[in-house]
Amino acid sequence: MRVVIPDETKVRFRYPARAVGIAGAVAMIVSILLPWSYGSDALDDMTFYGAPSPLQLFFVILPVLALLLLAVPLVGKQRLGRWAKALAWNTSAKTASLAALGVVVVALAAIAIELGGLINVEPGGWVALVGAVLAVAATLFLPDSPEPTLDRLKSPRWLQITVIAVLMAVLLFTAAYALSLDDAGDFLVFAAFAVGIVLVLRQVGAFAWLGLAAANNNRVLVLSAFVVAFAFPFTQNGSDANMSIASQVLIFAATALGLNIVVGLVGLLDLGYIAFLGAGAFTAAVLSESAFATIDFHPPFIVTVLIAGTVASLLGLLIGAPTLRVSGDYLAIVTLAFGEIFRITMNNLDGSDGPNLTNGSSGIPGIPDLNLFGFDFGDPHVILGVDIGRFANYYWLMLVVIAMIIVVFMNLNYSRIGRGWVAIREDELAAEAMGVNTFALKLLAFAGGAFLAGVAGAVKAHHDVSVTPEQYVFLESAFLLAAVVLGGMGTVTGVLIGATILKLLPEKLRFFSDYRLLLFGLLMVFMMRFRPEGIIADERRQLEFHAEDEELATDVEEDLITHHAHFNPERKGFEL
Amino acid sequence: MLEVKDMVVAYGRVNAVKGISFSVEKGQIVTMLGTNGAGKSTTLRALSGLLPLVSGEIWFEGQRLDGVPAHKIVERGIAQSPEGRRLFRQMSVEDNLKLGAFSRKDASGVKSDMDRVYDLFPVLGERRSEAAGLFSGGEQQMLAIGRAMMSRPTLLMLDEPSMGLSPIMTQTIMRTIRELQADGVTILLVEQNAQAALSLADRGYVLEVGHIMFSDTGRNLLGDDRVRRTYLGAD
Repeated sequence: MRVVIPDETKVRFRYPARAVGIAGAVAMIVSILLPWSYGSDALDDMTFYGAPSPLQLFFVILPVLALLLLAVPLVGKQRLGRWAKALAWNTSAKTASLAALGVVVVALAAIAIELGGLINVEPGGWVALVGAVLAVAATLFLPDSPEPTLDRLKSPRWLQITVIAVLMAVLLFTAAYALSLDDAGDFLVFAAFAVGIVLVLRQVGAFAWLGLAAANNNRVLVLSAFVVAFAFPFTQNGSDANMSIASQVLIFAATALGLNIVVGLVGLLDLGYIAFLGAGAFTAAVLSESAFATIDFHPPFIVTVLIAGTVASLLGLLIGAPTLRVSGDYLAIVTLAFGEIFRITMNNLDGSDGPNLTNGSSGIPGIPDLNLFGFDFGDPHVILGVDIGRFANYYWLMLVVIAMIIVVFMNLNYSRIGRGWVAIREDELAAEAMGVNTFALKLLAFAGGAFLAGVAGAVKAHHDVSVTPEQYVFLESAFLLAAVVLGGMGTVTGVLIGATILKLLPEKLRFFSDYRLLLFGLLMVFMMRFRPEGIIADERRQLEFHAEDEELATDVEEDLITHHAHFNPERKGFEL
Repeated sequence: MLEVKDMVVAYGRVNAVKGISFSVEKGQIVTMLGTNGAGKSTTLRALSGLLPLVSGEIWFEGQRLDGVPAHKIVERGIAQSPEGRRLFRQMSVEDNLKLGAFSRKDASGVKSDMDRVYDLFPVLGERRSEAAGLFSGGEQQMLAIGRAMMSRPTLLMLDEPSMGLSPIMTQTIMRTIRELQADGVTILLVEQNAQAALSLADRGYVLEVGHIMFSDTGRNLLGDDRVRRTYLGAD
């Protein structure tokens, strides 16, 4: 959001603006002590005097941040010392105010919709709205802060590790809380708050610092992320509803990571990727102990997984070998067609013409739970006094699978093969001229990615109990691609986040039913306009989206002539 | 070392190179001159295996080269710095050089060759972890040459290395080419800057619309009236 106010105006009004901003923030803080809503049905009951609801308590963090960011600099630059430049005080105060305004607007809209009209908004809500508008208007008049330098301050290792650990705990808590919100309004208000907090942290300079801390303590980060993910089922108290979503998210994420190799690293657009997941699922289904399984061969799951992965990657080779010589648009169309052919084939392998493999559109139901080393995944059990249900078992299994995928992915990414892949993505002809066997590497990516999807599909078959062709429609391929693009092509963290968002939102926004796709479309459009590199940017890709920097580089050409003496001082006597 | 016989190369149905024959002797710098569309870059692409031949033969160190896939050609010792540099712009200098050495398996040799490139172009060494796209045109050209050297080629083909560079930069690049020759690398140099190329070259070929019009030693071509009129300005 960019409102252009002349610098001299900003300088002239900087003290009144700060005062008004502080007043706005205080108004918002006070507002949570007043009721926001007339009826208790809207949101999480904001009808009390002096007793804020949980959502109101979350919300108040934003104005408190705004207040701190506005008030603390009043002590003067000398007192602030190095902190004066460490944080982007003014700019992030503006972001905090905007975020608070966003939350208030969503909350009031939810109250109005759920109770029938703005008449149901009580004074507290209006006070919050006025305060937010004041704070936003006032902070627009503050001079912009220079780029924050928090990441350049020295910080002790223990502090970095502690922050990472605390952050992970907060993440776990947030995920558990967000999942527990069943009401679409509650969820949206909380989502607005969460996005707001992230934006403020980014603006204030905390992300740069975190990035550095994360890079310095890479292992701590990965390990704590897994500990947190592992601990998640314990927050659910045996509730299957959320664990079902969570395990679906992980299956989806594993597939997206496979697609990430193809799209993110090699740059091949695959619009039919869901077929590989389906191939894995159908393979596992026909080899399972289900009464409807069509093949009388029931190997242990470890073997089934390998077969499922192999079948999927063979399909990848089958579709890749003739088509990977063409690239770009053609490949997208061919893969799109392949995805549909797969679905229709699965529909038609019902025995009416040819063999019965899939029972046609009714698919293969009654797939029994997994049994690995004598452990039945269908058995609920109690760990540390918490009920661990069926879905939690699958969740943990997928966590292990994803961990393995990530290890493989990271090793590939920084290996010779990974370099070859990225080279193909950037300039296939140049890569070929460098001696990269582009066709073989593309085929390898296709088959490898398909293998991962096949493995995920094998687990999915048991997780879902039944496998039908209609689970593998084009829309699912589109969602997978969206998860990769939204999260950040070529990154692991980004794709995991993207997959979580794209799987979680539809579950939580059932309220919007038919409009969900519209919402997604809008989300993607906004994302591509304002952050085309995705939520997490691949370091190698950053440049692609900041072309103006490159033009700058050519402008520096002239400087090079002076530079020239420096790199070849001893050679002389060559004339043209 | 390199022998091309009646080579015809086409884009689709249009012949870009219409039956040319030439040869490059070991240790020489051979240059190919010609205006846009004369078929110079097409020739280099065909030699690298990036374009198939319609007819004709390519022999390299006693073996047939036409029909060999591009990645195998690099293994045989031919490297190209393509027209327009075509660096991997998002990758670091170091990764670009590593890609140049993609066909090699000897890690220690790659490391020492990389150091050699950094010695030759210190600016690359100083900023080795920066993305190639952030460098200036001249620096990118250095990287493109360095990248091509990383496969330790016996024949290095450079496609217009002076394109878009300042005169001083061109001078540096040309000096580097002569140094590479001194190190025993054979060089096939495609240029529009005839003056610079011919003063280096042992032999020059002049291409026009897919044919070799004439060839001679570099010195003789520099003095040739037709060359002077067409490529050096008639003075």
